[in-house]
Amino acid sequence: MSKLMNWKELPPCDTLAAKTAEAFETGDWRMGEKPVWHPEICIHCMICWISCPDSSVTVKDGKMTGFDYKHCKGCGICAKECPTKPNKAITMEKE
Amino acid sequence: MITVAKTGNEAMAEAMRQINPDVVAAYPITPATEIVMIFAKYVADGLVDTEYIPVESEHSAMSACVGAASAGARVMTGTSSQGLALMYEILPIASALRLPIIMCEVNRAISGPINIHCDHSDTMAARDFGWIQIFSENTQEAYDNLLQAVRIAEDKRVMLPIMVTTDGFIISHGMEKLEMIEDPIVKEYIGEKKPEYSLLDIEKPTTVGALDLTDYYFEHKMPVIEAMKNAKDVILEVGKDFEKKFGRQYGFYEKYKLDDAEFAVVVLGSASGTAKVAIDQLRASGVKAGMLKIRVFRPFPAEEIAKELTGKKAIAVMDRSDSFNTCGGPVFTEIRSALFDSQNKPSITNFVYGLGGRDINVEQIKNIFESIRNVGKVPVVNYIGVRQ
Amino acid sequence: MATLKELSVRKDPLTGGHRACAGCGFPQIVRMVCLASKDPIVVVSATGCLEVTTTIFPYSAWTVPFLHNAFENAAATLSGVEAAYKAFLKKGKIAKKINFIAFGGDGGTYDIGLQSLSGAMERGHNLLYVCYNNQAYMNTSIQRSGATPKGANTTTEPAGKVKQGKVQRQKDLTEIMVAHNIPYAAQATVGYWADLVRKAEKAFSIDGPRFINVLQPCRLGWVYKPEETMSISRLAADTCFWPLYEVENGKYKVTLKPKEKKPIIEFLKSQDRFRHLFNPKNETILVEIQKEIDYNWEKLLAKEAK
Repeated sequence: MSKLMNWKELPPCDTLAAKTAEAFETGDWRMGEKPVWHPEICIHCMICWISCPDSSVTVKDGKMTGFDYKHCKGCGICAKECPTKPNKAITMEKE
Repeated sequence: MITVAKTGNEAMAEAMRQINPDVVAAYPITPATEIVMIFAKYVADGLVDTEYIPVESEHSAMSACVGAASAGARVMTGTSSQGLALMYEILPIASALRLPIIMCEVNRAISGPINIHCDHSDTMAARDFGWIQIFSENTQEAYDNLLQAVRIAEDKRVMLPIMVTTDGFIISHGMEKLEMIEDPIVKEYIGEKKPEYSLLDIEKPTTVGALDLTDYYFEHKMPVIEAMKNAKDVILEVGKDFEKKFGRQYGFYEKYKLDDAEFAVVVLGSASGTAKVAIDQLRASGVKAGMLKIRVFRPFPAEEIAKELTGKKAIAVMDRSDSFNTCGGPVFTEIRSALFDSQNKPSITNFVYGLGGRDINVEQIKNIFESIRNVGKVPVVNYIGVRQ
Repeated sequence: MATLKELSVRKDPLTGGHRACAGCGFPQIVRMVCLASKDPIVVVSATGCLEVTTTIFPYSAWTVPFLHNAFENAAATLSGVEAAYKAFLKKGKIAKKINFIAFGGDGGTYDIGLQSLSGAMERGHNLLYVCYNNQAYMNTSIQRSGATPKGANTTTEPAGKVKQGKVQRQKDLTEIMVAHNIPYAAQATVGYWADLVRKAEKAFSIDGPRFINVLQPCRLGWVYKPEETMSISRLAADTCFWPLYEVENGKYKVTLKPKEKKPIIEFLKSQDRFRHLFNPKNETILVEIQKEIDYNWEKLLAKEAK
């Protein structure tokens, strides 16, 4: 938590800079399980990325690169939606 | 200057044409409708560049104004009574977001019973939403106030929404002589709007209207309070500049034979014209009567007014609305509070008058003076012109 | 249509660090809709879960210009933004194309915001309104809305000893929007991402007022495990509880016709908000719900066939 601003330090006109929520870490919302990526199985279909509520599937140049555990809330949607068979490229595992 | 004959509504519509705002969003309501009707014709005839949004309610009118002003546009609207009431929810959002929206507000009684005529209950109920409120006595003032409103609201020290009011039908539909300033001079006088931020600034994305919890709401109200303080300076500066350029004088209030008066009335809006006649007649019969006509109700010039009224024998505050608080109308409570710290304060009595367009005449105002000359003989709060 | 790989290199409209529940469905809707725009966007949101969770001062999860005004006026507010844009275009103060998007929950769209939405659609503003429809007032603890389906348990129309949740049917807002004769109206759901992205792309390719009603399962109000948001969403379409279709200039097209229409109980039993309906004494309600779904589905197919 950053230091609380006094009113003279506020951004003008009740505005707020974009992307400031990145500094707010929601990773501690996870209830004991986190998604684990298995790159050897991953087919980079990006379904986990589009399905993640928390922008916590990290991607680069159209490929999955892992998870942003600072923000991942551990909902498990990515693991559930991962389409690889028989083994999933994402599994929920105990932290 | 061009001398014309115009009603209050026509004068405000003319001022709007000259201001040529980027966006106007409005919904019809008596007696303000005409302003928007006239303006819509200007749009249809290509006399203005404005994007005009004929919304489906006043709530949407103010909502669209907030959207357009957040995008950096110079925005105007007009309304009255129930229409203003429907906007109430959005009015404090406009001030919190520091959007200098300009409103033509034609004072009309709030329902119920439904009534289309003048009193100040609509505007007074909107007094605590962070809007600057300026009252006009006549057509000329309505026009001049609206032009000054642009400069006041958009001043960097202020950045607050503003409503300029006229009295329903009495001013809005009353034809009077109007000295209009030439179009190019108005254009130069108001200048270009330079917004603090714009939603359309794609390169610098801004979040506007965020949620405050207990840790920031209070802090976010402070700049509005500060801006309202600044507005006092700016209103006077703009008034002085206007006088220098165009010859007509504007401050927080107008004094009419007040300086040497022993007894004075405090009035807002059109009734001050009637009061002037009553005062002239009283002066002719030797009564030292005077008036303080309030032009700026928000911010409230408490110290300045207290200075003017201190030392008088008795003051009658005339309220064209009631607060239903059993202890006086909104103007009365402000004035009495303003005088609390004065050493030599006058006795102060409240006269609520003119609700729902009930006429106020010279005799009644003379009777008010008569009442306050007998200090202690009348109740603190009086209702005049009503059948009892 | 853009592939997921192509979408993934565009700028996500949201960052992590917002406070939506784990397993929420609306951030994905926002991503799918916003990334479908190749042009810059400006977003307005109604008061509701989306606005509250993404803009708790001093933390904004938005990477694009964003405005929140109040609950019932997202459409009117955005119509003002769009009007300002047009004014600036006319005056040469701005040149680039911008897409304008409003998001509102079902409360802010079906109920309190319906007038504002209807007005904006009728006036023909060049904007896209997206309803993230989770079928109740989830932000304030699951009160019933005009979008709540028959039989659902909500806090203001709960299932009890003599009442079995909401008695009435949900309002058909998509059809109300179609009746505005707007150029594009559609229904989608978050679990069928390709369908939603394609609809958003189509919406951005059309001028004028556009509307997409997106069903969004809510783990809190619908009561299911957080990982099931996307799968339950698909079940809604597969049972024809929430048909996926679009109406372009009056022409209907059903965009998902399940090979085998699943029985509605498969959808209903996936969520605890319908649990009471599986009490044997409520069997008639289940039959009624199935009948209504069948009727509406046939009606929709008939509209498409016209």
